[in-house]
Amino acid sequence: MKPTRLSECGNWVLDRFPVTKFWNDHMAHYYAPKNFNIWYFFGSLALLVLVNQIITGILLTMNYKPDAKLAFDSVEYIMRDVPWGWLVRYMHSTGASAFFIVVYLHMFRALIYGSFKHPRELIWIFGMLLFVALMAEAFMGYLLPWGQMSFWGAQVIISLFSAIPVIGDDLSLWIRGDYVIADATLNRFFAFHVIAVPLVLVMLVFMHLVALHEVGSNNPDGIEIKASKDPWGHPIDGIPFHPYYTVKDLVGVGVFLLFFATVIFYMPEVGGYFLEHANFIPADPMKTPEHIAPVWYFTPFYSILRAIPDKFAGVIGMGGSIVVLFLMPWLDRCPVKSIRYRGGIFKKALFLFVVSFLALGYLGTQPVTPVATTMARLFTTIYFGFFLLMPIYTRWEKTKPVPRRLTKVHSLEEQLHAIEEQLPAFIEEITELKPASTEIGDAAFKGTFFNRRPNPKGIAHVISRVAIKLKGSLD
Amino acid sequence: MNNKGVDKSKRQFLTSALTVVGAVGSGYLAVPFLAQMQPSVKAMAAGAPVEVDISKMEVGQLIRVAWRGKPVWVLNRTPEVLERLKTLDAELRDPLSNDSEQPSSSKNAGRSMKPEIFVAVGLCTHLGCSPTFRPEVSPVDLGEKWKGGFFCPCHGSWFDLAGRVYRGVPAPTNLEVPPYRYVSDTRIIIGETAEEKNA
Repeated sequence: MKPTRLSECGNWVLDRFPVTKFWNDHMAHYYAPKNFNIWYFFGSLALLVLVNQIITGILLTMNYKPDAKLAFDSVEYIMRDVPWGWLVRYMHSTGASAFFIVVYLHMFRALIYGSFKHPRELIWIFGMLLFVALMAEAFMGYLLPWGQMSFWGAQVIISLFSAIPVIGDDLSLWIRGDYVIADATLNRFFAFHVIAVPLVLVMLVFMHLVALHEVGSNNPDGIEIKASKDPWGHPIDGIPFHPYYTVKDLVGVGVFLLFFATVIFYMPEVGGYFLEHANFIPADPMKTPEHIAPVWYFTPFYSILRAIPDKFAGVIGMGGSIVVLFLMPWLDRCPVKSIRYRGGIFKKALFLFVVSFLALGYLGTQPVTPVATTMARLFTTIYFGFFLLMPIYTRWEKTKPVPRRLTKVHSLEEQLHAIEEQLPAFIEEITELKPASTEIGDAAFKGTFFNRRPNPKGIAHVISRVAIKLKGSLD
Repeated sequence: MNNKGVDKSKRQFLTSALTVVGAVGSGYLAVPFLAQMQPSVKAMAAGAPVEVDISKMEVGQLIRVAWRGKPVWVLNRTPEVLERLKTLDAELRDPLSNDSEQPSSSKNAGRSMKPEIFVAVGLCTHLGCSPTFRPEVSPVDLGEKWKGGFFCPCHGSWFDLAGRVYRGVPAPTNLEVPPYRYVSDTRIIIGETAEEKNA
């Protein structure tokens, strides 16, 4: 074919800048396992939320004033007087919480399918660094509205550094730039929030993806698809990321946006969890609100801090609860990756961990009472037990045989079909036919009318069968 | 041309020398970059002493004053409170204030220059929240053991009405007592002690 002007122009660029190569390496010729399930949506969703935060963040800086005297009013100005300002701000504040929801689910996926294990240790480390950077970003962003919760939250978190022996006091003074949280603190947090930390975040996302695309994605079966390749050198169980997963992820994006838009338009504060009520009062350095709690995504770690009755040990415990996550690849000694083939002891330990993480998260939003403190101590012990005992209990694990190739995933149609087939038998089991009591009392009618009534015996049978199955899946 | 090969030790020396010089240079540059985040001269100068008039304070009343941007409490303690303070030593972490911050004139059981007037920085020594003033004895939410004091809503630290911390709570030390002096019987200056004034 004769080269056209356009293709010549294109080639001129491609000779100097390898767009096509980049596209192929990371999209069109990047082979991902073909059995990705719902848990694999959250990586691309995190990227979407990051883009949302950057765009809405840029728009917010156009009207926000990083000055202790003006900050609170400028946020209200954005909410009331700037055209569509309320939407941009709610997208940003909801985006912050959505970011953590998505990232927590993304991390949980790594835990259940062993995505942090050899050879993906660095992907996990970069991911954890991303998580820490994200927490710093969220924390500094929360000071900017200069409400009561902004002020006292920052006061508490910066005071954490003063617990470090010897240098602590000077360090927290250096971070604040004043003896108390003041204009200097607000100004520098603004600088960190809008430029320094986002740059770090974007760089880490890049490293996270480069490392991922080097070793290839893990999958729900936890086996390496690169182990079996076709004659052309492509993994047999892999499919090109584009178009297969770009299209699949678009569906995830659609579902996510449905929830995201619902929150933005109908419940932007989510009952004080996404935007806390006390933050609608301007910062007052003389008075701490009656009940202060961090935003929901920090509460599990905050609970650990509160549970330990010693300042330095509390700070160590809180920091340690994040540091142990970094060590996951080396704490888990089980060679099997996916929870599908792992032993019951890990499933039970993971279940306890999830329960204690959620419970700590809930307790962190509640005021301190003796009962709550005892509960928090119990769950803190379980939290650390999950990690620190892991080298021991993962050795005992009785794992199931791991398949060599990906197992078949039943499509939704097949599953629906199977349910449809089983339904009549199921209904037959949990109900029974009883002769209807006819009010007329006519003997001729007796026995011809039947009503379906729930059958307690059948229901008990079904429940016990489900329980046995559940127990079996935990072993 | 030299064809005896490469003198690797010379290269090694040059590489090391450049690394050291570069590190020293970066170190020097780091000083102003890091130091510019220290409190500015303006922030340091803002800590001037403040004067408080206590002549109109009722017995049992607490007033809040801002000093260096921090809340400072002045509390007029009742005789019953002063009696009760003497009975608490066993439950306190540092009853004699050996590990706590206060000017020498306030290092006594009541942690004050005059027994009834108590002055303290109203920030919890744990993580800097401002504790709430709860003078009542055994309220429902704090339980039987509460003898009146300051309760930190953030992390549940307990202090008595001399700002002394209880055992088994997160706060490590007693509340800080700022330097202060009496100008007259009814006027206090917070921010300097009598010795500093005369020095």
